[in-house]
Parts: sequence; C-alpha cells; structure tokens
Amino acid sequence: MSAPRVVILDYGSGNVRSAVRAVARAGAEVELTADRDAALRADGLVVPGVGAFAACMDGLTAIGGGDIIAERVAAGRPVLAICVGHQVLFTDGIEHGEQAKGCGVWPGTVERLHAVRLPHMGWNVVQPPPGSAAFAGVERQRFYFVHSYGVRADSIRLHPELADKITWADHEGDRFVAAVEDGPVWSTQFHPEKSGDAGRQLIANWLGRL
Amino acid sequence: MTVAVRVIPCLDVHGGRVVKGVNFVDLRDAGDPVELGSVYDAEGADELTFLDISASVEGRETTLEVVRRTAETVFIPLTVGGGVSSVADVDTLLRAGADKVAINTGAIHRPEVIGEITRRFGNQVLVLSVDARRSPDQPSGFEVTTHGGRKSAGLDAIEWARRGVDLGVGEILLNSMDADGTTSGFDLDMIAAVRAVVDVPLIASGGAGRAEDFPPAVDAGADAVLAASVFHFGTLRVADVKAALAAAGYPVRTPVGAGGGHS
Repeated sequence: MSAPRVVILDYGSGNVRSAVRAVARAGAEVELTADRDAALRADGLVVPGVGAFAACMDGLTAIGGGDIIAERVAAGRPVLAICVGHQVLFTDGIEHGEQAKGCGVWPGTVERLHAVRLPHMGWNVVQPPPGSAAFAGVERQRFYFVHSYGVRADSIRLHPELADKITWADHEGDRFVAAVEDGPVWSTQFHPEKSGDAGRQLIANWLGRL
Repeated sequence: MTVAVRVIPCLDVHGGRVVKGVNFVDLRDAGDPVELGSVYDAEGADELTFLDISASVEGRETTLEVVRRTAETVFIPLTVGGGVSSVADVDTLLRAGADKVAINTGAIHRPEVIGEITRRFGNQVLVLSVDARRSPDQPSGFEVTTHGGRKSAGLDAIEWARRGVDLGVGEILLNSMDADGTTSGFDLDMIAAVRAVVDVPLIASGGAGRAEDFPPAVDAGADAVLAASVFHFGTLRVADVKAALAAAGYPVRTPVGAGGGHS
C-alpha cells in the first residue's frame, strides 16, 4: 500500500515546517501548498494555524480555504485542523471584543479562557470520549498546548450528536474543547506536531484512516 | 495545576556549535546542537531553548541552519533567542522552524518592537528574556543587565517584566545573573517578585545545581524551569529534575517510552 497523500494548507501561518515534518514522519507523502485542486484531491488535508482568529480567517479566505474545507467536509473527506485551524472550524470567534465569523462546521464560539495564567502554555492531560480513534494508544499522554482562546464548556451549545465526539481539557478549572473527531474531520486545540511521540501517534491514527 | 511543569534544557550556540562544555558520553559530536537537542528530546525535555550568541552575520546564518535541522528531527517546542530586534528577525526564525522567539536587548533598546512582533504573530510566540541581578539602585532591588550581566541597563527588572507583558509578550524567561553558574539554587525572591506582577507563564533560570533546587523555584511561582550546565555536564538528567518535581507534588510529563538513557 502506498503512503497516503496529505496536503498541508499553506496560507501564511507561522511554523508550518514542523507540521510538514511531523506528518511525514508519521508515514504520509506531504505537500505544502495553497493550491485548491491539490487540497481537494489529497487523501487528507491538514489545516494549521497560529496567531489570532480573525487574522487566521483572513489568511484562509485569501486562498479560498473556507470553501476548500467546506467541500471536503460536505464530501466526507478527511481533514485534520490544528490550534487556530481547529478554532476557525467553529461558528465564530471573539478576540478583544471583536467578533469574527468562522467556517461554521461545528456550533460554538471561540473566546478567551477564564483563567489567570494565560497563555495556557505547556503539556496538559486530555479526556477523550470512550472509544476515541484519535487518542487510541495515547489516551493518558500529555499534549502541547499554547493558546489563550478556546471553545469553553460553559458557553458551547452542543448538538447532541457532537457530545460524544469531543475531547476535553481544563486549565485552572476552565473546561474547553481540546479535540473533536467528527467522522473524517478531526481537530485539535493542542499541537500534535509538537507533542513528541504522543503527537506522532495521534497523527498516525488519522493517517491510518485515510 | 494540571499543566505539567516544563523542564527546559538550554543550549548556547555560537556559529552553529554548542559553546558551553558538554559532557555526554554517547554523543558522536558533543558540539552539535541538533544531536544534543535530540538527546534531550529522548530524555523527556518538554521544550528546548537555543540562545544564539554569535555576533556575526555568518554566525546567525549558521544558527538558522541549526534551527532548520532541529525542526527536522525534534518534535517538541523550540525557542530561539539571541540578537532578535525586529519583526523580520522573528519571521526568519519562525520560518526556519522555531516555535517561539526570545527577545532581550532588542526590546530594551526599542520596547515598541514587542507590540510590532506580537500584533503580527500573536503573543504566544514572544518570550521576554530578562537577565537580572540584585541591585540597591532600583526600587525593587533587582536591575536588568546586558552584555551577559556585565552592564546595567538602568531598568528595574520587576518593572521591566511587568511592562513587557503590558506591551504584549506571552512569557517571561527570568535569568538570575547572580545565581547563574553558581549551582547554589535559584534566586527565589526574584522569581516571587516577578510572579507577583505578571500573569503570563514564567520560566526560571540560573543557579540550579541539584534536583532539589527545582521545586522551590516552582513554589516561588515559576511555571517552567530552564538550565544549561547541569544537563550538559551530566550532573543531572531531565528525569532527575522531573522526579524531584513530582515528589514535591507537581505534575510532570512522562513521555511515551522515555527511558532516560542516552540513546
């Protein structure tokens, strides 16, 4: 069997080099590109993202990324979204009082975490749903987070069918969405590409389903 | 506290080579930061910091190549500092594969650069590195130094840390120049004084000699601990520090299959 082909969506987001290398070492043939056809054709699409929600959406919009994601989601084609890439899959985001529209794949608002020590930076534990495919073999491992915003448990109005697809984490008692696995579409608030061997396993779990 | 206390080995890099002595038996090349970074990664380091102490343009270029090679092989966060003074410097380092960038003298000379950098890349990418020492000349009793602790910057260290956070930095790396290299323990008063004025994560550095030195730094308010020589000389393994932190009741990361061996 040949290696799955993965496109990492290149829209000017920070350190994508690590994502490219991490997905390649987990066993994929990786291409970093903003090309629409390549992104639609690939077996898997990785949507990275760092920085602010609105800036990330602007970057995505400039390359038609929202449409690419929507098409793949509609067609049931695999996506793995990371950090702010994960955040922009929700309805909207509020940073510094400004509301920005997200891709709207899932209902939920990205907002500042209710914690004193921010950014939430470092290796934290997660609570995956029973039978999680994403965390198979690494349910009890720590993953690397670096963010101040997220989808908070207090604010999210979950579709009942989404409830068993969410992995939770908490920071100073504020519970937020650490990951979503919704059929072929997975997303993580943490950085699997920076989470050592635990992150490699999660990426390999995703590649194994392509 | 559910986030693990981060244990961060720091490498001083000059012209692409590690300059402080390194005493690892199994290394092919003890001066290669990439190889050393991989060893620390395998031992369970939670993050790596490279400080580029090259003064020349050629030295910087070589360091960028080190960052690129490290990003190929090490899959934990990498912070790079040294000579950072502009948005362009940060952009270059992030593109090479750094996850975070530490700024020191560049921010002292022109504090506005902090906002310029964080507006572009977010505050999580920027670490304010503060080299501080005790001094009766400043209200808090701590002053900022430059030139490896040889010169006073004429700034109150605690006030500077607070201002750095106001300007946008997402993390503080606090290095005690009095304690640096003494192996007599962290400057706990200094850590507590900075903790009292900033809410962002705080990395304590300088003075670690024994595993028991680390938990008091966290008691004083550090979220992460950074050390160089105790790791390079093999006095302590990363796992020793984590064991001491765990014994003190702090959460630590025990990576998949980390055996603590130099393999």
